[in-house]
Amino acid sequence: MSSLTAERPPHPASLAVEATDGEGIAVSLRGITKTFGEVHALKDATLSVRRGELMTLLGPSGCGKSTLLNLIAGFLAADQGELEIDGRRVNDTPPYKREIGMVFQNYALFPHMSAADNVGYGLRMRRLAKQEVARRVADALALVRLSGIEDRRPHQLSGGQQQRVALARALVISPRVLLLDEPLSALDRSLRASMQVEIKEIQRQLGVTTLFVTHDQSEALSLSDRIAVMFDGQIRQIGSPADIYRRPSDRFVASFVGDVNVLRARLGSVDAKTATIRLGAQSVSVATGPLAGSKPDDPADLFVRPEQLRLSGAGEPAAVQGTVATHIYQGGHVDLYVLAPAALGGRLLVRSSEPDAITRWPVGADVGVWVSGADALAFPPQEQKP
Amino acid sequence: MSRSRQRVLRVAGTLVVIAILGFVVLPALVVTLAAFNDKAILAFPPQAWSWRWFAKALAYADFHSGFGNGLIVTGWASSIALLVGGAFAFALDRYAFALKRTIEAILLSSLIIPHFTIGLGFLILAAQIGMARGFPVVVVCHVVLVLPFVLKSVYVSLRNLDRRFELAAAGLGASPGRVLLTVTLPLLLPGLAGGWLLAAILSFNEFTASLFVTAQRTQTLPVAMYNYVREYADPSLAALSVIYIAATAALLIVANAYLGLGKLLNVEPHR
Repeated sequence: MSSLTAERPPHPASLAVEATDGEGIAVSLRGITKTFGEVHALKDATLSVRRGELMTLLGPSGCGKSTLLNLIAGFLAADQGELEIDGRRVNDTPPYKREIGMVFQNYALFPHMSAADNVGYGLRMRRLAKQEVARRVADALALVRLSGIEDRRPHQLSGGQQQRVALARALVISPRVLLLDEPLSALDRSLRASMQVEIKEIQRQLGVTTLFVTHDQSEALSLSDRIAVMFDGQIRQIGSPADIYRRPSDRFVASFVGDVNVLRARLGSVDAKTATIRLGAQSVSVATGPLAGSKPDDPADLFVRPEQLRLSGAGEPAAVQGTVATHIYQGGHVDLYVLAPAALGGRLLVRSSEPDAITRWPVGADVGVWVSGADALAFPPQEQKP
Repeated sequence: MSRSRQRVLRVAGTLVVIAILGFVVLPALVVTLAAFNDKAILAFPPQAWSWRWFAKALAYADFHSGFGNGLIVTGWASSIALLVGGAFAFALDRYAFALKRTIEAILLSSLIIPHFTIGLGFLILAAQIGMARGFPVVVVCHVVLVLPFVLKSVYVSLRNLDRRFELAAAGLGASPGRVLLTVTLPLLLPGLAGGWLLAAILSFNEFTASLFVTAQRTQTLPVAMYNYVREYADPSLAALSVIYIAATAALLIVANAYLGLGKLLNVEPHR
């Protein structure tokens, strides 16, 4: 442990505290643009990663998140914009001088080296003494709980072990920033969950600034201090997981992060702060922000999370009428799919934590659906899918 | 389809496969049997059996010197070809430059130019610049002949090399030179060794061009064998062929045991 953080005195206990720019920003991107031929991989991306935080870059494949990571690592050069690491402009610094730890999606462990030699590679490149390398490698392997496999070659290790070796190899050089490119996508589900916890713990323990690329929104929600949601080469929203989930800035973010129901409706009143949406017998108040410029009676799409919907008996006044189509029992809760013509896609997902939901709302039952809770959001309608 | 017809087809298919395999090994088989003929003629099948042609072949001075010359030429030619071809393969894979296609085409041209043309060309050239028919001209000629194979072999391994290994090394602080030495070259080793081995086999066996550019003092084994068969028709040559086959087989078995031949010739996917 100690040797992993000891490289940069005077605060060996944490990398997070030794700010060089005084602002606590470890990585700063301003107006970064990158094109590959005709394709705009990144359009004017601006982002600040705070020292010691774990930020995920979340987005569908092809959104530019890996390009962004490769730019920070120095494997790609930006067409425009400024890139700073620890307050120093690094646009023209080659990757081997950037002091960055990167874990690749396929780990990229050197197949011709043992696990220990893989981990020690960065230290040998820094021409550290042999004993020092050995000591730090042992510490790093202990940190990822992999002692005892030093002499094995990568192909003799399981996927999870390779993952840990890759992590140790990136951490052992005490990087300014740790970059993780979908590091868990190759692991099976249960291993992925436990590695998420482990990565988070190690990251906390070392206080290493970390950028984590993923397309898995649940991974992003569970791991991150902050999330940057990317789509089509642009950063659409940066915020805490709760911000992103509860106050998505646009339709794309709302539908990409978490499950969401979209209900076609019309606006009631609109004032500076709140607007109301008329929906059957219900009137739902939403923030005006995203609806700027809309007038009363304009169409609007109401975005509601599955856990914000409640069911009531048929015939009772409700926001939407529907018919129960499917139950999916999830242990702690039940997901009910309700056919409802008012919903985009023709059906609603209702998440109920009532233990008797399945018997109370059997398949085929006509039900009323209510919107409850204060977090409903509305966006102007859009012809294309978000 | 009826059952009997299926059966006929299966038997016929098996026979065709056996026939093809037979034709592939037939020449080697005939030569091997002829080598043990007691009579001083190349005849098949032999009437009486003997080992004496093996003794004669092994004792023949021209074969000795031909073998030695062959090793010298092969060693230099395939090593130089590996260096030159490897460098060009690297450049073709990594960099964009003017006339890239043209340069590649020229490097590969000896595949379509007949060997005797290349041999004759070097013969004229060597005479023109007053170069005696020594080893340099043989080696240069062989480099030109085996270059395409080395180039292709290294190029294919470079294409198959996952660039992320190099990126990972650079990210960990390795300068481009050290990436090359510690990651790229070790990972290319199977391709380099395969290319070298292929070049060495081709060079050692090369006859047509060698006939033009070698002299008595520099003649390689195939040329020595040709000169022998022009004068004598005894089974020595067959015996030498058997030794040749046995030696090559032994070499490949050893290479397979210690290096993994599949890996060396790049036919197995390596991880």
